[in-house]
Amino acid sequence: MERETIYEGLVRKGVSRRDFLKFCASTAAVLGLSSSFVPKIAEAMEKKEKPVVVWLHFQDCTGCSESVLRATKPTIGQIVLDVVSLEYHETIMAAAGHQAEKSLHDAIKKYKGKYLVVVEGAIPTKDGGLYCCIGGRAAVDILKEVAKDAAAIIAIGTCATYGGIPAAKPNPTGAVGVRDIIKDKPVINLPGCPLNVENFTATVVYFLTFGKLPKTDNLGRPLFAHGILIHENCERRGHFDTGEFAKSWGDKGHRLGWCLYELGCKGPFAYHNCPTIRWNDGTSWPVMAGHPCVACSEPKFWDANAPFYAGVENKDGFFAKASKIGLGAMAVAGLTKKENKE
Amino acid sequence: MARLVIDPVTRIEGHLRCEAVVSDGKVKDAYSSCTMWRGIEIILKGRDPREAWVFVQRLCGVCTTVHAIASIRAVEDALKIKVPRNADLIRNLIMGNQCVQDHVIHFYHLHALDWVDVVSALKADPAKTSELAKSISSWPNNSTTYFKAVQDKLKAFVERGQLGIFSNGYWGHPAYKLPPEANLLAVAHYLEALDWQKEVIKMMAILGAKNPHPQTFLVGGMAIPIDPDSQNAINAGTIAALNKYADMGIEFVEKVYIPDLLAIASFYKDWANYGGNVNFLACGEYPEANGKLWLPAGVIKNKNLKEVYPLDHKKILEYVTRSYYTYSKGDKVGLHPWDGETTPNYTGPKPPYEYLNVDGKYSWGKAPRYEELPMEVGPLARVLVAYASGHKEVKEVADMVMKKLGVGPEALFSTLGRTAARGIIALVTAYKIKDFISELAANIKNGDYKIANTEKWDPKTWPAEAKGMGWHDAPRGALSHYIVIKNKKIENYQMVVPSTWNLSPRDHKGVRGPVEEALVGTPVADSKQPLELLRTIHSFDPCMACGMHMIEVREE
Repeated sequence: MERETIYEGLVRKGVSRRDFLKFCASTAAVLGLSSSFVPKIAEAMEKKEKPVVVWLHFQDCTGCSESVLRATKPTIGQIVLDVVSLEYHETIMAAAGHQAEKSLHDAIKKYKGKYLVVVEGAIPTKDGGLYCCIGGRAAVDILKEVAKDAAAIIAIGTCATYGGIPAAKPNPTGAVGVRDIIKDKPVINLPGCPLNVENFTATVVYFLTFGKLPKTDNLGRPLFAHGILIHENCERRGHFDTGEFAKSWGDKGHRLGWCLYELGCKGPFAYHNCPTIRWNDGTSWPVMAGHPCVACSEPKFWDANAPFYAGVENKDGFFAKASKIGLGAMAVAGLTKKENKE
Repeated sequence: MARLVIDPVTRIEGHLRCEAVVSDGKVKDAYSSCTMWRGIEIILKGRDPREAWVFVQRLCGVCTTVHAIASIRAVEDALKIKVPRNADLIRNLIMGNQCVQDHVIHFYHLHALDWVDVVSALKADPAKTSELAKSISSWPNNSTTYFKAVQDKLKAFVERGQLGIFSNGYWGHPAYKLPPEANLLAVAHYLEALDWQKEVIKMMAILGAKNPHPQTFLVGGMAIPIDPDSQNAINAGTIAALNKYADMGIEFVEKVYIPDLLAIASFYKDWANYGGNVNFLACGEYPEANGKLWLPAGVIKNKNLKEVYPLDHKKILEYVTRSYYTYSKGDKVGLHPWDGETTPNYTGPKPPYEYLNVDGKYSWGKAPRYEELPMEVGPLARVLVAYASGHKEVKEVADMVMKKLGVGPEALFSTLGRTAARGIIALVTAYKIKDFISELAANIKNGDYKIANTEKWDPKTWPAEAKGMGWHDAPRGALSHYIVIKNKKIENYQMVVPSTWNLSPRDHKGVRGPVEEALVGTPVADSKQPLELLRTIHSFDPCMACGMHMIEVREE
């Protein structure tokens, strides 16, 4: 039987041609591509079969799955039923126990060499990996088995990418990320706590449109999502440059949207596209709402970027980066301080 | 005698294994085992108490917000910080929004497929489905054309042979009782709820910056400012948006969730005989301006609705007799969370394994007990405690639901009752959210923009030692966090979580946990297809990432 293409699936779901092109355009925008790429993305969606996806949960909190459930472009209903063929996902699949295991094994046999694996959660390696067992088997063994015949692996969220919170000091279970275990397959890292779903759909579309995984930085993160510091695109950047800082929760500066650097913001140290795509369909993101960024897309952020409410004047190389960070460095040094008085 | 294993238990959060002994078509005994552990408790030691909430929120991304709330309350209790009313209101809105959205997602996406046969929906007559829909609700998507379109989509999906998440389901199982038309209606709403949940949660995205894992919580209040004359703070536009999402919540719960719940339940009334428990604990929630909680706290023992006992956290002890831990005073004693210990001691089978050693230790979950009794927590406990306390709104909705189903309060002590209670709580909460928005708007009108009490923000103002605890009645039930602060750092941090209560293994006396107990007596038509067990397990809405206990290892 011919497997249907993504576009056929969307049409069957009742998506109009116009909405379909809108989806292609918004994807191009997330990927940072010009509008001239929209027809190329559309063409790929029309010709490509739906990718088969197998989704594994290990030491996770399901927050990344929940984030994906909030997808709007396309919606989760469209993703699950039309964009991908989701053959295994413990949170939403109907089958349980033996029947669930059967779904997993059928998929990796039937689509050998072609399926995408999504991994959510860290993988414990201490004591033979007994700290996370599914169907009586250790997570580390399941990962190796499922990865063997995969086309590519997408590690989503900071746990699957760098070990995340289970790997925070002292890492009681020897938790690691996917790349620490799987060395012979393409693994793309989509960190974030949780990951932002827009980056997930854009990665899948990139793969389908260009036939390869997106360009990444040295940490395996796609440049379209993690190429620029939050600080560089932050809507409060102007206040940093002119030395206007919120000093206390609810003070004048806090109410007027001034820079949160002195309340502990880690935006100058986090490569993430939150300021441009925001969260939940563009509704908000932490700095916009008034709370410092915690740099959740960075490896070891639980240790390297804590305490979250402390300034980082002493962070290595902070002043060395002043030219990149801007006049704010001078402001912090007290050279251009502005009053924050009622 | 058949030993039945369900692992993974799907459509839950986290990793749960259930083993059951079945004979003569009934469950004779059951064991619930949590199969994942991260040790976040150990990770917390020595960190800044003000950021504990950021860490513990990551216990669970489905119950996102709940651990953050319990954590900041525990720290505020330890440091004796009173938060401004506006902060409580913003928290109430975030909690309420989470509760309504979470219960709807649970009903449609985690629980419905135990009752709804997706494949049978292909046989439905769309015209009759439309009649059924119109007879139970004024929800506008109710035409023959609409249901025909849903059915066509489903048909095309099935005919492609790629069933995706519906593959290997229990379709055609004799325990499915709905007519094809009701199945089609439920499938249509399954898809609509998927679209609705991402929209309604924008209330949390506005007030919390994002969802999951919102990031505006703060010890002492909230980090989202209020200023009607600023574009970077909660202003009139925000209030308008909050009302929009509040109305969206009310409308869906009123016109889709509750009518579906009643329609489906009417075909499964025999489930009022299975899956019950006798002891219930609710910790109450939603602080009001008068300092009281809107939903009351309390304990019910032995199904007695005539008496609600006051709740006292000092009566909680946790046992590890059958859990993969060991206590320094021996594994028979119970410890209060403030004195808790966790030393992992895995004595289970080495993976890969076929069966657990259920005669010994068999779970990463501890066994919490209240006055030595296992307690069910969650929507049913909330409803029973409120009902028995004469809570007006809960009583009204609960009586309406029971009247429509033609059952009395005794039917509540069951899988059916637990499922109905979740709907009751969702509806009263959806209404209550409007009150919180009005109160917030009135405060702003009166010039009250305060969102945080920062008197104790600086650790220099703290005592050398302090300890506190915080309750939060989360969607999945009563949650409590305990903190000991020493020299401005976390010395000891512990949590007793809803799923630790509900999914607990046996205790020092060999008494089963609530889910284990609820499963005994469940009918099983086909031990290779444990659909009936899933109905009761799912009715508790398990969250295993939360459930395995989190406790601080003390340095001797």
